Amino acid sequence: MKADPRGVLTGSHFIDGDFACCEGALAAGCRFIAGYPITPSTEVVERFARRAPMVDGALFIQMEDELAASIAIQGAVWAGKKAMTVTSGPGFSLMMEHIGLAAMTETPCVFVDVQRGGPSTGLPTLPGQADMMQARWGSHGDYEIIALSPNSPQETFDLTIEAFNLSEQYRVPVMFMMDECVGHMMERVVIPAADKIEVTPRRFTKLPPGEYLPFKPAEDLVPEMFKAGDGYRLHVTGLTHDFRGYPAMNPEVQEQLVHRLVNKIRLNAPKIWRYEETGVEDADVVIVTYGITSRVAVEAIDIARKKGIKVGLLRLVVVWPFPEQRIFELASQGKALVVAEMNYGQVFYEVDRSARGKAPVVLAGHGGGTVHNIEDIVKKIEEAHQCRS
Amino acid sequence: MPVRQREKPFGLPRPETPHGEIVILEERCKGCGFCIEYCPHGVLVNAKKFNAKGYHPPEIVKVELCVNCGFCRMICPEFAIYTYEPKTGEKP
Amino acid sequence: MSILNELQKASLSPTAGLTGPDKHPMDDFLRMDRMPHIWCSTCGIGVSVNCFAKALEKCGFPLDDVVVVSGIGCTGRVAGYVKVDSFHTTHGRAIPFATGLKLANPKLKVIVFSGDGDIIAIGGNHFINAARRNIDITVICINNFNYAMTGGQVAATTPEGAILSTSPFGNFEFPFNLPFLAESVGAVYVARWTSLHVYNQTNAMVEAMKKPGFSFIEIVAPCPTIFERQQKMGDGLDRLRWYCENSEIRANAKTKEADIRLHDKMIVGKFVDKERPTYLEAMNTHYQERLGPKYKVYEG
Repeated sequence: MKADPRGVLTGSHFIDGDFACCEGALAAGCRFIAGYPITPSTEVVERFARRAPMVDGALFIQMEDELAASIAIQGAVWAGKKAMTVTSGPGFSLMMEHIGLAAMTETPCVFVDVQRGGPSTGLPTLPGQADMMQARWGSHGDYEIIALSPNSPQETFDLTIEAFNLSEQYRVPVMFMMDECVGHMMERVVIPAADKIEVTPRRFTKLPPGEYLPFKPAEDLVPEMFKAGDGYRLHVTGLTHDFRGYPAMNPEVQEQLVHRLVNKIRLNAPKIWRYEETGVEDADVVIVTYGITSRVAVEAIDIARKKGIKVGLLRLVVVWPFPEQRIFELASQGKALVVAEMNYGQVFYEVDRSARGKAPVVLAGHGGGTVHNIEDIVKKIEEAHQCRS
Repeated sequence: MPVRQREKPFGLPRPETPHGEIVILEERCKGCGFCIEYCPHGVLVNAKKFNAKGYHPPEIVKVELCVNCGFCRMICPEFAIYTYEPKTGEKP
Repeated sequence: MSILNELQKASLSPTAGLTGPDKHPMDDFLRMDRMPHIWCSTCGIGVSVNCFAKALEKCGFPLDDVVVVSGIGCTGRVAGYVKVDSFHTTHGRAIPFATGLKLANPKLKVIVFSGDGDIIAIGGNHFINAARRNIDITVICINNFNYAMTGGQVAATTPEGAILSTSPFGNFEFPFNLPFLAESVGAVYVARWTSLHVYNQTNAMVEAMKKPGFSFIEIVAPCPTIFERQQKMGDGLDRLRWYCENSEIRANAKTKEADIRLHDKMIVGKFVDKERPTYLEAMNTHYQERLGPKYKVYEG
């Protein structure tokens, strides 16, 4: 389906990542944002507050806290709109219960986390990338989500549309993991015409009331959706439920439901994986990175290549589900892996696990607050190269 | 002079007191006693028998006094009792 | 399946449809495949659901447009038993979910049905903000003075002196006065009734649902298994008799005086019924003034 032109600001703009995220949401058809101000994500909702009155059917509400914001968007989704909320580290922690609710009730919505230095109040105005594991494991219980990580305002625009498409496709909450650098940097963002933008519509059921079962999966393990007010008169609950949506608290239904929620993403993972590889074929060392760190890594690779080390770059665009298969392939080819991220080891452990001991994995991490020093990454590349030989 | 002849205007039909028939869904009853207590005419009492859950459902003893007020139906938490007007089928 | 089809197509009113020795007029309105419900014998929640069904019939809303949202707890289970689009959300967050629903589709008639702990303790912040904004929803709060589902812990509405599992020596905290709170944060309709006052409850629900804006009804209900048993007040029927003796319908009552004490008289009635523009009305009016013809009125 093509994008609704009323939300698309076609043209070439000089805007920051936060604004690009808002524009991407509008282009994807998002017409409801409930937010709460938190640095460095506030600009997204500020832009939406300004744009919403001018876009047909769009509404912005600033809720009283992140808990309210994260569940108000789910109410809007069940009333038929596409919805998104925006926050940073401390707010992301507050939203965890409702991310679990969205995963359990299979509510398609987007949670944007513009990461900052943590933990706790941390560094509100400086970047970090230390929420990556939280995006995957933050809420209690077994569930799977999809997480994306852009590295420029242009990519933020494109990936926000992708985030909405993935959430509708798999009926899953999608975590959009930006960082303060990408959020606040201003670059050229080209927004194409509406008919060049592909938007996945919600998978509403065509079955009549009485025949439709809201949690009965189709072949790709994703059920079709309905919305309140259409006459289906169905029940949606966070309790473990059967195909009808009725609470059924026994181990058999738990197995059937939760296993499917997890498999929905795990078994479809090869279709969801997305990463960019540069110079990996002949490389001895591969830097695995994402977000703003990838832009620093490119510089480090140049320097290392001049020093004679063959280095490639694997930039994760979809971070969760994690592309274990590709990491295992690279490790099996004997390439050493350097994981560059703005934390003390989060995606590093995933890479390490996926390599299964076939190759050395080295972490180039730091606590956040600024992007990496290029020299630090180069040192780690040399270290990995040493480990390899 | 008998009271009737002093009515003005003369000859209107007398208002009839409504009458209701009661239906008790005994298997749903949880023996709370609300309908028995609050029937304004004392039409119901606790039955001696039990239902399958072990509760005493209400029993109708004075059905002729039921005026179809519907209070028992409104106050029952189990949706186990209702009344209806036998001639029109109206349920209050 | 085809019977369900017929029922769903046929009934605009909860009392249309099948009756007979096995069926009750309200059965169309309930998810009969989930009955019997989990509420204890002489619990007041079933009474309120009964009144709610009657109120919906009186209002005449098409049931397809009615949505019930509830939180967690005994009263939170109401969403699972009514045959309308219903959402059983997380603890305390029924009101923001309802806000999202209503703002995304203003044609829906959204009712929040939840308990005292859910709405005013963990959900307190959402309650006061939704009332402040005058979001057009109706909140029915069944107040049984404790967290019943988890076994009877002290709540923000528990009267002083009550003995509950987390106040085993008596509650020394001072409880909320819900009508006072609701009035002070701007609710446009505030009423309190008890499980005994079934007709008053029903009429209050009709008025609240028809009224645009944030309406709040507190229903004081017995909790025989926990609250009344711990306070040695008998069962639900004894408690209804107590309500009969001790609840006072006072015309033009001030919400400030509506505190509930364990052994004192309780004021019930309609406290507030005023007019205020709803959130969407205020938004549309304001944007039309500021932005002029560029702004298209938001209708969902």
